[in-house]
Amino acid sequence: MSLLLIRDLSVELAERPVFSGVSFELREGELVGLIGPNGAGKTTLMRAAMGLLPFSGESSLAELSPQYRARHAAWLPQQREIAWPVSVEDLVALGRLPHGTGGAEADRLAVDSALDRLQLDPLRHRDATQLSGGEQARALIARALAQESRLLLADEPIAGLDPAHQIAVMEVFADLAKEGHGLLVSLHDLGLAARHCTRLILVAEGGILADGPPAKVLVPELLARAFQITAIHEDTPDGPVFQPLRVLK
Amino acid sequence: MTPVLRILIPLVILLALVSLALGPAGLGLGESLRALVLGGDGPAVLVMREIRLPRVLLALMIGASLGLSGAAMQGFLRNPLAEPGIIGVSGAAAFGAVLALQTGFAALFALALPLAALAGALVAVLLLVALAGPRGGSLTLILAGIAISAMAGALTSLVLNLSPNPYAAGEIVFWMMGSLADRSVTHVMLALPFTLLGWLLLLRSARGLEALTLGEDAAEGLGIDLTRLRWQVVLGTAAAIGAATAVAGVIGFVGLVVPHLLRARVAGRPGRLLAVSAVGGAAMLLAADIAVRLIAPDRDLKLGVLTALIGAPFFLRLLWQMRRARA
Amino acid sequence: MSAFAAVSRIIGAALFLGAAPGLLAAGNPPKRVVSINLCTDQLAMLLAAPGQLISVSDLAVEPRSSAMVEEARAYPINHAGAEEVWLMQPDLVLAGGYTSRATVSMLRRLGREVLEVQPAYSLADIRDRLARIGAALGREVRAEALIADFDARLEVLRAEVARSPSAAIYYANGYTTGDRTLAGEILMAAGFSNIAGDMRGGHLPLEKLAMADPEALITGTPYPGASRSEAVLAHPVVQAIRDRRASHPVADRDWLCGTPYVLQAVEELAIFRKEIE
Repeated sequence: MSLLLIRDLSVELAERPVFSGVSFELREGELVGLIGPNGAGKTTLMRAAMGLLPFSGESSLAELSPQYRARHAAWLPQQREIAWPVSVEDLVALGRLPHGTGGAEADRLAVDSALDRLQLDPLRHRDATQLSGGEQARALIARALAQESRLLLADEPIAGLDPAHQIAVMEVFADLAKEGHGLLVSLHDLGLAARHCTRLILVAEGGILADGPPAKVLVPELLARAFQITAIHEDTPDGPVFQPLRVLK
Repeated sequence: MTPVLRILIPLVILLALVSLALGPAGLGLGESLRALVLGGDGPAVLVMREIRLPRVLLALMIGASLGLSGAAMQGFLRNPLAEPGIIGVSGAAAFGAVLALQTGFAALFALALPLAALAGALVAVLLLVALAGPRGGSLTLILAGIAISAMAGALTSLVLNLSPNPYAAGEIVFWMMGSLADRSVTHVMLALPFTLLGWLLLLRSARGLEALTLGEDAAEGLGIDLTRLRWQVVLGTAAAIGAATAVAGVIGFVGLVVPHLLRARVAGRPGRLLAVSAVGGAAMLLAADIAVRLIAPDRDLKLGVLTALIGAPFFLRLLWQMRRARA
Repeated sequence: MSAFAAVSRIIGAALFLGAAPGLLAAGNPPKRVVSINLCTDQLAMLLAAPGQLISVSDLAVEPRSSAMVEEARAYPINHAGAEEVWLMQPDLVLAGGYTSRATVSMLRRLGREVLEVQPAYSLADIRDRLARIGAALGREVRAEALIADFDARLEVLRAEVARSPSAAIYYANGYTTGDRTLAGEILMAAGFSNIAGDMRGGHLPLEKLAMADPEALITGTPYPGASRSEAVLAHPVVQAIRDRRASHPVADRDWLCGTPYVLQAVEELAIFRKEIE
């Protein structure tokens, strides 16, 4: 089932086109990695898809009313802000806002499950502003999970996490996909993208340069064109291993 | 009910009773309450119903407005230093009120005075939100507030100095350092409509403010209409502060101190802080109004003087904490 | 007290306060006298010889505070500033007790004689101020005639009363004046008893006014332009006393300064007393 349909999407910021004519579809069960060099428009693409900035074209999400959209899709921005000294538990519970009041039991279960998935249960009563950067990032991911939406759009969710937690979070995302959710996650770590994503969308040169399984996207000519790098990419018994090597002159 | 309200509400009731019992007429508690409730036509009834009751009601209303708008502005700007008195909203409201009084606009129709104060407050809040909006940071907020305060204060003084009334110039102090002395039921009725409107708008912003804990982008993702939320906070603050300032002048720092003291009691949650700060603000203003009458029974010691004496050190402490947190 | 501080420039009078004695020697009366205070303006206009007084202050032509607006229009107006007064080359400057210290000392430094006078605090003070300013101007005979006339008219007005109704003087900011003030004595002369009692002036809390429930309320007349200070005169409590009892406004010009014109206020209030009896 299609969870997100983007057709012919174009965005201009300050009268300068960021990208144009972007189309793709995201179905349940997919963990889609959005990759591309800095400034290619990954964040802009996700925000436009959510309907958070003006665009031309179509996005199935932007057509929904804000309240309904929030139940269908969770949005995890790159900016990690926690303005007030709330507890981790209360922070995660903010994900329940779109569901209105009245479902106290469902809310509690959703919060517990989200805390559990990100191993935050020991921290649930701690002041979220006093946590380490990595812990805050995980708490914010848990907030998005507590929203219990079919679709999750996350902008660089694992930036700044230590390797163990990067892997753990990607595994949580993969599990969610297996459970039938759809995820669109922007990533800079191509190695993790190669290992965990079911599909990659490579954004560069004002549009989508490639869209397909990691093995089809992380090929030398596309890497050279989009990132100006070379890399090695091998299949191992532990899954695919991808390592960027050097910058092309 | 939030546990802290179980303490605050009885406290407000107690302070209101003390305030009702306090005054130079020298009525006993029983006597004064009897006169208040049962009525009649003796002078005691006049004292209770026309002098003390309006004073208590205004302290409750204005205190609640100050606490509530402080909490709402802080929540919206995500800045614990936002407070209508310090950042010039009350000062601009006072200018609106003074201008309306001196030009005769206030006499045109019943709600002209609070409406003019609301307009003044609205200009200030709009300027602040535009200049120091959610991404503006503390420094911009305080600097914008200083500029707006200075401008509003100068204009208020100018209008009062140009007044043909010899008393008007002496009233700059009242408008800068508000007071509840000798206000009447007329003033309660004058302030009530916009006060209630302001409360309604601000209390309805609770959900949006909770979501804003995560920043604007995430809040929008959670289905919050930020434009609507901004207008709710701007208009709600302007209405509540406009009405309060029109009848009592500028009373600063209540909106700073109260949310700061109560934030920990609501586990930091900006939405829940709203109602709690309203009740806390009422308690603080009642207490301050009792204190000014106890400290100087024969003089009209300005309420704003007392709240500033308590509030300014708080403000400095907050700045100190922010400095340490950044270091 | 702030109410009166606000109108302090209006207040003036005539207590002789350490002026230069040499100047006041008989036989050498000043020829160019400038008055820079509302109350000395009026006393000087009453006392001076033709041509002796060359300027009065701007407040003397202000109808709300001055009882002698018509007379004052005949004189050049000053604004009580040291520079403009000095340019008039006066040989005597009449100033009030509340005149700016800076102005007075500046004029003295510039070599002008300044006679500072205090407000009249009683009816007796009025006689005293007339006599002293009369002496300063070398117009003792005129002063004696005015005093005799004042005494005679006051005697007529001070008729015996069977009962003195209670009254409160209530000004802007809830200020009241007691028996030991000019206004208080005027009230007494008109046959009222003042609820403020034997005191000078001070704040009368609204609550105390309500509890005292006086038979008559004497208020000032409001100035144009709004003020919060005067708003208290429209407070429901004051309104209730007005409705149930009686109220009478007295214009500032009739009793602000200690001049013979205060007799008009006495007369007016005596008529008001008879009305409510």
